[in-house]
Amino acid sequence: MTRAVLTALMSHWWRNPLQLFTLLAGLALATALWSGVQAVNAEARASYDAAAATLGEGQYDRFVRRDGLPMDEQVFVEMRRAGWLVSPVVQGRLDGIRIVGVEPLTAPVGLGPVSLGQDNDLAGFLGGDTPFFANADTAAGLSGVDVVISENVAPNTAIADIGAAQRLLDKTGVIDALIILPGQPIGQRAQAEVAPDLVRQVAQGGSDIGRLTDSFHLNLTAFGLLSFAVGIFIVHGAIGLAFEQRRPVVRTLRALGVPLSRLVWLMAVELLLFALLAGIIGVALGYLVAALLLPDVAATLRGLYGADVAGTLQLRPSWWLSGLAIAVGGTAVAASGALAQLSRMPLLAAAQPRALAMAAGRRAKVQGGLALLLLSASLVLMVTADGLVGGFALLGTLLIGAALGLPLILDRLLAVFSTRAKGPVLGWFWADTRQQLPGLSLALMALLLAMAANVGVSTMVSSFRLTFVGFLDQRLASELYIRTEDTAQSDALIAFAEERVDAILPIQSADVTLGGQPAEVFSARDHATYRDNWRFLQSTSDAWDQTFSGQAIVINEQLARRADIALDQVLTLQSRAFTVVGIYGDYGNPIGQAVIAEPVFEALYPEVEAQNFGLRMDPADVENFLSALEAATGIAPTQAVDQAGIKAISLEIFERTFTVTTALNILTLAVAGFAILMSLLTLATMRVPQLAPAWAMGLTRRQLGRIELARAVMLACLTALVALPLGLALAWALLAVVNVAAFGWRLPMYLFPADYLRLAVFALLAAALAAAWPALRLARTPPADLLKVFSNER
Amino acid sequence: MLLDVKNIHKTYQTADGPFEVLRGVDLRLGEGETLALTGESGSGKSTLLHLIGGLDMPDRGAIVINGHDIAGADDAARAAIRRGSVGVVFQQFNLIPSLTVADNIAFQARLADKYDPQWSEALAGTMGLADHLRKYPEQLSGGQQQRVAIARTLAPKPALVLADEPTGNLDEDTARVVMDLMLDLAADTGAGLLMVTHSQALAGRLGRRLHLKAGRIA
Ligand SMILES: Nc1ncnc2c1ncn2[C@@H]1O[C@H](COP(=O)(O)OP(=O)(O)OP(=O)(O)O)[C@@H](O)[C@H]1O
Ligand SMILES: [Mg+2]
Repeated sequence: MTRAVLTALMSHWWRNPLQLFTLLAGLALATALWSGVQAVNAEARASYDAAAATLGEGQYDRFVRRDGLPMDEQVFVEMRRAGWLVSPVVQGRLDGIRIVGVEPLTAPVGLGPVSLGQDNDLAGFLGGDTPFFANADTAAGLSGVDVVISENVAPNTAIADIGAAQRLLDKTGVIDALIILPGQPIGQRAQAEVAPDLVRQVAQGGSDIGRLTDSFHLNLTAFGLLSFAVGIFIVHGAIGLAFEQRRPVVRTLRALGVPLSRLVWLMAVELLLFALLAGIIGVALGYLVAALLLPDVAATLRGLYGADVAGTLQLRPSWWLSGLAIAVGGTAVAASGALAQLSRMPLLAAAQPRALAMAAGRRAKVQGGLALLLLSASLVLMVTADGLVGGFALLGTLLIGAALGLPLILDRLLAVFSTRAKGPVLGWFWADTRQQLPGLSLALMALLLAMAANVGVSTMVSSFRLTFVGFLDQRLASELYIRTEDTAQSDALIAFAEERVDAILPIQSADVTLGGQPAEVFSARDHATYRDNWRFLQSTSDAWDQTFSGQAIVINEQLARRADIALDQVLTLQSRAFTVVGIYGDYGNPIGQAVIAEPVFEALYPEVEAQNFGLRMDPADVENFLSALEAATGIAPTQAVDQAGIKAISLEIFERTFTVTTALNILTLAVAGFAILMSLLTLATMRVPQLAPAWAMGLTRRQLGRIELARAVMLACLTALVALPLGLALAWALLAVVNVAAFGWRLPMYLFPADYLRLAVFALLAAALAAAWPALRLARTPPADLLKVFSNER
Repeated sequence: MLLDVKNIHKTYQTADGPFEVLRGVDLRLGEGETLALTGESGSGKSTLLHLIGGLDMPDRGAIVINGHDIAGADDAARAAIRRGSVGVVFQQFNLIPSLTVADNIAFQARLADKYDPQWSEALAGTMGLADHLRKYPEQLSGGQQQRVAIARTLAPKPALVLADEPTGNLDEDTARVVMDLMLDLAADTGAGLLMVTHSQALAGRLGRRLHLKAGRIA
């Protein structure tokens, strides 16, 4: 029996290959969308982690020799004896591969191979045979040494114990740098005494950039969530249609004596096999998409860390798993609903249409109720949500509520249009559209989500960019930043620079507790730099004047939010009272900050000495100034922070984020467009009986085709109208709730009407393209097919 | 006794409240017997046939086929009866559109594991379908489709054939031929035949005739 039933079930697909194709394509595309976004995300994160972990750059300050040459190993021993927590590093290139040697016992946790300990044997690393760690590509290029393959190592890099690396690089007895661990003990001997020819090199990627990458990831994660939702709707639509098409066959099979349980079981197995097949195709497709997008991501990270980051993708088992999981899991969820519905369906034909209509009516009611419930929940969450969970719950309720509500909204709109319609054709058009809505609603939901995701994410990224560029101008206003090593250097710098630059702005800070929160208080010298560049979220009209007069304080948004501090409130530092006169946006820093006038700061914290200086000067003079400075004072250019460089990197990140999100946006839209195409194609056969009477009454097939096209575009239009406010609500949730939860600051939201308009045009285009083929097919339906409707009672 | 229907009640729930179609129907049919069921449109003939075929459940009463009461049986047991001993020719043809005529004819026999290629072929021949075996149902006329449905029902040689106006779609001549065939086949295989029909002439050719009126056998 099983074989006979299977042949019957399968014969449906062979006779209707288009339906099989749309089913598989729907599942595969949903999987591709999901796994593509995941792949980009995971790869970006993995590269980032590998780069950071392997090189320790961007994370830790380090000591290097002033002249850039290697130092004697003995320096490490002396520094440790003097109480410094440092770890030696040797590095070099061999056949173009970057060789890094670290000392596992003293290296900071998470740096280098120590972090490989999860999947590799640390004991082996420490033992005599000391292998090299590298990813598979790199390993292929390394000869003559033991290589352990680990994909956690940055591309084109091999790490080993310092001894092995020294031997390989012919650097026995010397090291290149000392990594300075965070949390140094007090009372250690000054470095200038122990090792006078070392200079401290400030970590390259400061916290600013760390935050930026985090936001980049958050972005992609949010997008992953949205693409997941779109994918789920598409899977649901594909499975729903697959059942819809075969409902009559199922009934016949049952009437002929196939037990329901067997049928359900066989169909479930059949669908799971399809899901698996489509899932595999989907992951491969997603991989392709990600590979196309990834060079941009890789370039971003390369810019960030100056490290090699693979521009190619590794197929990580986790994507296969998660990609197949969404295909199979999504199918299982969608199919179990459809199967349950199927098994409740009465067997008899007579009962069918009525029961179907009743069931559909009940479903619509339940769906409407659920939508209302979710949207009200999201309204409540908008006011109450704080924290990441609340933020993502808000995103979820908004998305799903709006998607479920869409058919209802469209139905109401169409009802209004149909009562207003003049003329029989128009009247029929609206009524017929209403009738078709249930079949199209899942595809339209996918389109809604895709468009809303577009609006939401691009609003978020653009707002972020605008805000951040402004912030960088404010914070990196000085042309040059120099970090000195001691008081003597500071004095020398000031003496040298005083005549040569427009202004010297010492940067000094003290760790304090403000409003019960740990915070840093900074001093500010009375200079136009602050007045010109700093933008307040809230302030009194003369905030800087008051601050420089010594009576007042300005604080960052994080502190204001965490300690719940408002303007005009009074804060005390060392039992001196300050009025809060301004709250500024601070997007590069996780903790609380405050700024007071320099004289007051010096009075309160006499022990703090400025070791960072901002210098205002003509940007063209920076280079000459640095070399003159080194000649006169011995302050090395390595002690300068190139702010133009930091700015450029930051902007670069945004450009890349932009490219990637735009590409993902277009991909999502394309997939939603495909979902519409699938639905229209599958509906087309069921449409014939509905269209035949209109044809018989005098509409030409060509007219009918045009009407079908117009219908799709009109529905896309209405969907776009719903998508815009939904997208803006999403953006708001991302900026005002999720971002606050993740980073402690709220991003101002900007609107980009031109972008939205372009998006709407894209969406309409996608809908028109999707509808074109089915419409053409309809216009070419042989009259015989239309006539059959009348000759056969169906 | 092949079929013993005892005191069957069936009520449909409609928007206007419950609607009682069958109010205590009794009916018996032995092996090799033929029986015509007549009645006005809407009198409940199809309903009764569906109950006997195990496609629906009566509210009350017993339907015993070959000693098994299917009125209280679960879906799997009723499906087994449909596969094994009862063949139903529906008012609608209920062919599987994706299978060829030949496969449709063989289908139920295969389900029941009683597929006999020669018998199926012979059936197709006597039904005048020999030239259409490789076609799909949508390429056939209404009458041809009905003949495929009949052949499919007879292919596993069921003990009991239930037919709901099997000749309703056929012209008089074809209807007579098909009728002859069904009676011959019933006689050949010793099957019982219960047939719903509006035609007095057709009803007259069957062994017995029952009339359904006001929910009972009149
Ligand atoms: N699923 C159902 N729900 C409610 N009422 C039904 C249902 N199926 C049938 N009926 C009603 O039950 C009555 C009997 O229907 P049935 O199909 O058995 O009639 P019939 O005798 O076969 O008629 P015909 O000769 O026209 O085929 C009709 O009045 C019909 O409207
Ligand atoms: Mg009937």
